[in-house]
Order: sequence, then structure tokens, then C-alpha cells
Amino acid sequence: MAVQRRRTKLLKNLLSHGILLVFVLIAVFPIWQVMNISLRPGDQLLSTSLELIPANATFENYIRLFTEREFLLWLWNSTFVSLAVTLTGVVFASMAGYGFSRFRFFGRKIGLVSLLTTQMFPATMLLLPMYIMMIHLGLINTYLGIVIVYSATALPFCIWTMKGYYDTIPTSLEEAARIDGCTHFMAFFRVILPLAAPALVITALFSFMAAWSEYLVAAQILQDSALWTLPIGLKSFESSMSTEWGMYGAASIIVMVPVVLLFLSLSRWLVSGLTLGSVKG
Amino acid sequence: MNRTRLFIAFLVVPSFLLLAAVVFYPFVYNFLLAFGNMNLNRIRDWEFIGVRQFVKIFTEPSQPDFYAVFAKTIIWTVVNVLFHVVIGVFLALILNQHLKGKSVYRTLLILPWAIPQYIVALTWRGMFNYEYGSINLIITKYLGLPAVEWLRSPTEAFLACILTNVWLGFPFMMVVALGALQSIPHEVYEAAEIDGASWWRKLKNITLPLIRPVMIPAITLGTVWTFNNLNIVWLVSNAGEPSDNTHILVSFVYKAAFHFYSFSYAAALSIVIFLILLVFSLAIMRQSKATDAAY
Repeated sequence: MAVQRRRTKLLKNLLSHGILLVFVLIAVFPIWQVMNISLRPGDQLLSTSLELIPANATFENYIRLFTEREFLLWLWNSTFVSLAVTLTGVVFASMAGYGFSRFRFFGRKIGLVSLLTTQMFPATMLLLPMYIMMIHLGLINTYLGIVIVYSATALPFCIWTMKGYYDTIPTSLEEAARIDGCTHFMAFFRVILPLAAPALVITALFSFMAAWSEYLVAAQILQDSALWTLPIGLKSFESSMSTEWGMYGAASIIVMVPVVLLFLSLSRWLVSGLTLGSVKG
Repeated sequence: MNRTRLFIAFLVVPSFLLLAAVVFYPFVYNFLLAFGNMNLNRIRDWEFIGVRQFVKIFTEPSQPDFYAVFAKTIIWTVVNVLFHVVIGVFLALILNQHLKGKSVYRTLLILPWAIPQYIVALTWRGMFNYEYGSINLIITKYLGLPAVEWLRSPTEAFLACILTNVWLGFPFMMVVALGALQSIPHEVYEAAEIDGASWWRKLKNITLPLIRPVMIPAITLGTVWTFNNLNIVWLVSNAGEPSDNTHILVSFVYKAAFHFYSFSYAAALSIVIFLILLVFSLAIMRQSKATDAAY
């Protein structure tokens, strides 16, 4: 009896590992593909073999990326735009989220609901009017234009995340600070904001990634190739697949490694932030 | 009291000014546009023409056909969300037991979610290439089947988009489900085991009902995201190839707006999409509230 139970347990264990391994293989396969392509020498880009590491692996594509292409420029453009969006997102969301969490004021409920409603907008519903507005205001081909669009699309989610987190911090903390003679602002800035650091990190990460990984808006607003961000640059490799596929692979690896690492290290908080925000409607 | 008001204003007003300028104003402007006749030639001297754009959407034949695109969007959303949830919950159930290397599996399985979507899309497009793509290599070399024309025939191209999106979407549901599973107290299962409940009974009567309150909002969110996911369809099918047969509603609007410059038509279509999602979300909220009360 006991032996049999142990045997079924072992079998169940093996089955679990087996299933997980299959899915891990599926999850990792495309990433391995990109890496593989990025290491292929120029004459083997269209190789039809499926080796783990390509024969004659080389960093040639990485070097060509920096020497023959404007990759450094795109990297700089993307970093600049993403940081600007992050800064805007964190400052505005940390303040507005606090207001929504702690105070009851006229328009609060409508405000919160309309923030949620924006999540249902199809991308074009804001993009098209904004695009036309930007034509009128001369903001096409400017960073200001793109930073405004990105901040606006990221902000509702960020405000909800911040609000959800502030809700979990007891109000007695500010009350104590207020009794000790702090102003509202000091209580917020010195006492609550430091405690909300995890949510601030999530907000920052989310805003950064939103800008770092966005192609469709950028493709419309940044048409001048001197302003291109990474996604537009990478897409340009794809259009002439046969010759530049290796550089596409190299660029993808460089772009995704930092965000993937960041994401993995923060994924635990990201989910709690997400579910808090959505469950606690 | 006045001080408090001033502080509230200081906190909230900046965000709302920004949102008013870049969300609410475009939203209203989009409504106005939808009732006009703006296109690239009439960008400054457009006029109101009433509901004609809406009539055009629903009655005039378009290339591609609106109703076909609508049907595809429904298929796209249902199939994707179904697979996301089933795979996600399935993997979460496996991960939620004593298992060696659990956190390593978990980390590796989140990867598809962590990669920027446009890279996912462009990479999969490469993998679907007829001659050199790895998918066809696997199909022909290891499975001995004939190669598939992934990107050049309508059905296969649409399937390619769905495969890509299923791949990138299951980790989100997995992580949400895992969080929900971990919050179920062990005693519940122990009690069930004493009563001799089978594996299936425990899943059906304990696990699924208990993760439901967390999964419903996540599924609602996932549905809206999938319905609105422009990136994958647009980039995998390269703007709807072959010949605009691979569109869902959002990519169709994007094309109308930025390739054909039919601004007012696109604005009207955006409103149609928005209303569909609004009705859907309200219905879900109603439904889940109604069942909450029943418990």
C-alpha cells in the first residue's frame, strides 16, 4: 500500500516535471532563436539547421550594429524618451493616487471611473485625434509630442496602481505625523511616499516599459529618421529580412536583456499591483 | 478645511489637467470627427455630415468587409483568452505543489510576458517564414509533414497571429492564478481529503470557485487587452497581409487612419469598438456582482 502510494507520487512528480519542461521549451524557443540568429556569420543567416549555437558563431552582427547603423542614436533616443515618460508618470501618479486614496472630494468617483474607462479605448481613438492635433500644433517629429502621448496612455494605470497601494497604508501614520505638527504635504512627502516605494518602482517600471517597447505610435509621430526610437529602428531591419536579419537579432538581444531582467526581478510586485488595482474597484 | 482643499487640488489637478488635454479632449474631438468628413485632403476645411460615417461602416461594402473583420475579432479574442486562461491555470496548478526547481520553472515561464511585444511579433514573423523559418523546419524535418504557407494564405496568417499571441499571453494568467492559489488555506483541502474527495472533485468544488474572484477581473482585463491588441496582428501579418485578410477591428482602424487617411471613418469605427468594449465590461461587472450576491 505504502509502496504503491510512493510510486504514484513519484509518477505524479515526473509527470509534473515533464509538462513544465515542455512549456519551458516552448517559452524559451523564440528567445533562443533570436540569440542564435544574432550570432550567425553573414553567410549563414538563412541557414536551415537548428543547432543550439550556430557553427562559426561570431559577434560580427553586434559590431556592425554599432559601426554601420545608427543603433547608438536609437538607443539614446529611446532612453531619453523613456526616462522623460517615467519621470512624468511617477510624479503625477504618486500625487494623484494619494489624493484619490486619502480624500473624498467632488468628482472623485467620476474621476476614478473615467480613468478605468480609458483602458477600454482602442489605441486609435486617442492616437488619431492627437495625431491631427499635433499636425495643427506642429508637434509631429518632436519628442514633446511622443512624450505627451506616452505619458497620457500610461498615467491612468499608474494612478490606479498608486491609489491601490496607498489604500493599504494605514491612515493613522499621517494622523500621528499631523499631531506632531506636520503639514499635509510634509506628512505625504516625508511619511507616506517613502513607504510607497514598491508602488513607485512599479509605476516607474511600467511607464518606462510602455515607452521603451512602443512601435505603432512612434511610427506615426517620429517620421524623421534622426528621431527614431529603437522599435522603429528594429522594424527597419525586418523590411529587408535576408540581409539584415542578423543585426535584427543582435539589436533585439541588446534591447530585451535589460528589460527582461528588470521585469523578472520585479514581477512579484507587478502582479500584486495589478490585482490590487483591479480587484479593489 | 480650506488648507485641505488646496492640498487636494495640488495633488489631483495637475494629473487631471494633463489627462484633460491628452485624453478627454481627444476623446471629444474623436466624437466630433466621427460625424464629419475629414481626410488627408480635407484636414482643415472639413464639415459635419451627420451619421454618414456610421451608416457607411454598417451598410457599405468595404475592403476588407466590416462584418468579416468583426467576426475575426471575436474569434481572435475568444480563442486567445481561452488558451491564456486554460494554459495559465493549468501551469499554476502544477507549480502550486511541492516540486524541485519550482522558482526556476516559474521564472522561465514568465519570459514571454517580459519581452517587448514588438520584438515578440517580429521574431515570430521571422519564425513563420516559409523557407527559412524554424516553425516550418520543425514541421518538415522532425514531423515529416509538408511545409505550411504561414504568411501568404489568409487562414494560416491569422492562425500565426493567434499562436504568437497565445504564446505571449499565458504567463499573465499563470501568475495571477498562482497568486490566487497560494491564498487558498491548506485546511480546506485536508478537510476534503478526509471526506475522500477525488482530485477532480477538489478542483471543481474547491479550487476553481476559490480562485474565481481573482480570475474574473483578470479575464475581463485580458479580454479588453486582447480585443485591443494592435501590435501582434499588425506586426506579425505586416499590416494585414495577405491583402488585408488578416485584420481585427483595431488593426483595420489603424490602417484606415494611417494608410488610407480616412480620418473621420476611422474615428467613427473607433467609437464602435469602444462601445462594444464598454457594453461588454459593464455586462461582466453586472454579472459578477449578481453572482456575488447569490453566494
